[in-house]
Amino acid sequence: MSIDMAQFHQVFFEESFEGLDIMENGLLNMDPGTIDDEEINAIFRAAHSIKGGSGTFGFSDISRFTHVMETLLDEMRDGRRTITADAIDVLLRSVDVLREMLSVTRDNRELDGQKVQAHKAELEKVLHDKSDAVLSASNAQPVDVEDKVSAVQQVGWHIVFRPLPQIMRTGNDPLRILRELADLGELEADCDLSALPSWSGYEAEDFYLSWDLHLYGDISRAALDDIFAWIEDECELAVMPMHAETPERSAVCGALSEPSGNDRNGAVKGTELQEVTPVPERRSGQDRRSKQDRRGSDRRKPSAGSAGSSIRVDISKIDSLINMVGELVITQSMLSLLGEDFSLDKLERLKDGLSQLERHTRELQESVMQVRMLPISFTFSRFPRLVHDLSSKMGKKIDLQMTGENTEVDKTVIEKIGDPLVHLVRNSLDHGIEMPEERLAAGKQETGIITLNAFHKGGNIVIEIRDDGRGLNRDKIEKKAVERDLISPEHNLSDRQIYELIFQAGFSTADVVSDVSGRGVGMDVVRKNINELGGSIEIESATGKGSAIIIRLPLTLAILDGQTVTVGNETYIVPLVSIIESIQLKEAQIKRVGGRGETFKLRDEYLPILRLHDLFGIAKPNATRLDEGLLVVVEGDGRHCGLFVDELLGQQQVVIKSLEANYQRVVGISGATILGDGSVSLILDIPGLLRLVNNQDADGLRESA
Amino acid sequence: MTSILAVDDSASMRQMVSFTLKGAGYEVIEAADGVEALNIAKGKSVNLVITDVNMPNMDGISLIRELRGLPSYKFTPLLMLTTESGADKKQAGKAAGATGWIVKPFNPDQLLATIKKVLG
Repeated sequence: MSIDMAQFHQVFFEESFEGLDIMENGLLNMDPGTIDDEEINAIFRAAHSIKGGSGTFGFSDISRFTHVMETLLDEMRDGRRTITADAIDVLLRSVDVLREMLSVTRDNRELDGQKVQAHKAELEKVLHDKSDAVLSASNAQPVDVEDKVSAVQQVGWHIVFRPLPQIMRTGNDPLRILRELADLGELEADCDLSALPSWSGYEAEDFYLSWDLHLYGDISRAALDDIFAWIEDECELAVMPMHAETPERSAVCGALSEPSGNDRNGAVKGTELQEVTPVPERRSGQDRRSKQDRRGSDRRKPSAGSAGSSIRVDISKIDSLINMVGELVITQSMLSLLGEDFSLDKLERLKDGLSQLERHTRELQESVMQVRMLPISFTFSRFPRLVHDLSSKMGKKIDLQMTGENTEVDKTVIEKIGDPLVHLVRNSLDHGIEMPEERLAAGKQETGIITLNAFHKGGNIVIEIRDDGRGLNRDKIEKKAVERDLISPEHNLSDRQIYELIFQAGFSTADVVSDVSGRGVGMDVVRKNINELGGSIEIESATGKGSAIIIRLPLTLAILDGQTVTVGNETYIVPLVSIIESIQLKEAQIKRVGGRGETFKLRDEYLPILRLHDLFGIAKPNATRLDEGLLVVVEGDGRHCGLFVDELLGQQQVVIKSLEANYQRVVGISGATILGDGSVSLILDIPGLLRLVNNQDADGLRESA
Repeated sequence: MTSILAVDDSASMRQMVSFTLKGAGYEVIEAADGVEALNIAKGKSVNLVITDVNMPNMDGISLIRELRGLPSYKFTPLLMLTTESGADKKQAGKAAGATGWIVKPFNPDQLLATIKKVLG
């Protein structure tokens, strides 16, 4: 094979995985006993594409496996087979097996052949279940037309080829047939012009010639059949082994009368054709190969290293990018023209140009960000299956409702939010939704509802997981927390603060809310994952009515809206989303607690004060007295505190540079950025700082105890 | 330049077909289903159409029927991509006016050989 097929593999895998998702969703939507044409067609098409692609790209295991699925689906589609719940189940599991086969193949890992075989056997069992007629159809393996019976002592074939008048109207050209025959061996062709009508009766679109052909060489009958395969119905044809008395018993098609008068003048010599054709063929062949070599070696490198890290981008997004770059180029050329002979009176135009440049850069930036955005349905799509499987396992009735699947989020979010969401949905299913009888007894609908909702809200993405189950059990959580010494028995914590406790490490949800055994990931890990994405998580709950988990995530992970603040000579960035307000303290609001640092009273709450100059060891802050500087009140993970800084500067968007990648992880700092004047500024990690404050509290408490 | 319209709902197949044909010096226009292909074919005359059969919106056989009905596609080679199990599909395709078919799975060399033969 002269073309490196590996270059198409990634796209093949991507679309195959998409196809599997389509199949899975379709199967889940299918009701036993009824046939939804559209649904089953979509499922069939997906299977069909995977089969075709895997065959073409050389993954014969996958192709064979999918073939069985396809056959089954085909029968369902044609109504030859009723759709049973069992069959759907088997097909769903086949989707899983196929998914595994595909990822194993993609990652070049070893395939568990036994498992696949076992499942294939199961599929075939379903397939052969009903009728024997079905069996024979499904056994039809790819037909290998390699018929080598003939032509050992033969010198060639005598072919009488009489195209029907309409042959040209299928786009076929008898000359092509002759050319192909001439490629096989030495061809002697006698053209029969006898059917040509007079000019007055001549139909331009009809075909009137026929041929008496002698083809010399060791040529298989199958090769001839291949050539005539397309025009079986558009010609009369007789194929006879040369020097044999009897014509072939199984003439390919059409009855044939004896060939009539030959016209020697119309004869086309096969050898002439042979001389002409190879030239262009060879040239184009080389062209193709050399281009292919270049492209092939270019592409091999990335595909080896980073499998699966490509992204599909809507063409309109690319168009708007290109558009924007065009604008930018125009502005740039305008500015450079201005710069060639600049004088002060052109200052106004320079300002205009610069503001245009700024606008375009911002637009370009937004468009580039858009490229990374994918609809959250990529993550949501796995839940119907999960809920289907788990609810039937647990004997619960659950209706999963999803809204806002088209809400776009950053690709990194898509990748990282999946596991936490699975955990949360499973929690809702396990602990939230009650058993049907219990629900009925509580006067609720038998079927519980879990809602997954995603939407934009004020520069954030909000993802909600709601259920109408029993809600969190405050007393149990409280009791457990006291047992574990997390809170003192005589606390005065709000409901919300109590619920927050389930995010503590080692606080097994299984022990707290229900008796179903816990799983690998705990809520602390969920929260950690979401914090890593720069987001926050919150719980709402009403006993007996249900609970909701609300996740807030930043729109993008590469850029952040920040407030610049100064402490001494240093500039820091505070993420705008975490700022509640900025205030100037009056002495009366400040309350100092021995050994626990300073707090201030904001409305009815006392909040801790964190002096940034102390924390970061800045030698000469401009403000050391609390009423001299400013206090930025920030929020993170549901807690508040005041950051004491010298001064507030402007708000601006900053590009986040990873500190971990370029230096190392620093507590309280989430990254760095480069400001307009070229200086580096650190971005504060507000939840991290708040944890720091709390630990100091804890330390303080312990010391004083 | 000889132009070929490649129609397939599977992006990888489309890419493979398109890449192979472009490498051989053909101009290739891609379409993801019959409706899209028909629109393209109406706007610009192509020298050959190669289409998958199973596609959303408009399948390959309907596409062939529609194309064959257009005056400018009366004699244009229209090929379909079918699977080995598609004997009835082949017949349906022929009845709709298909020139011929290429059996899936195929490799780029087979594809090129066939296209070359048809285009002469």
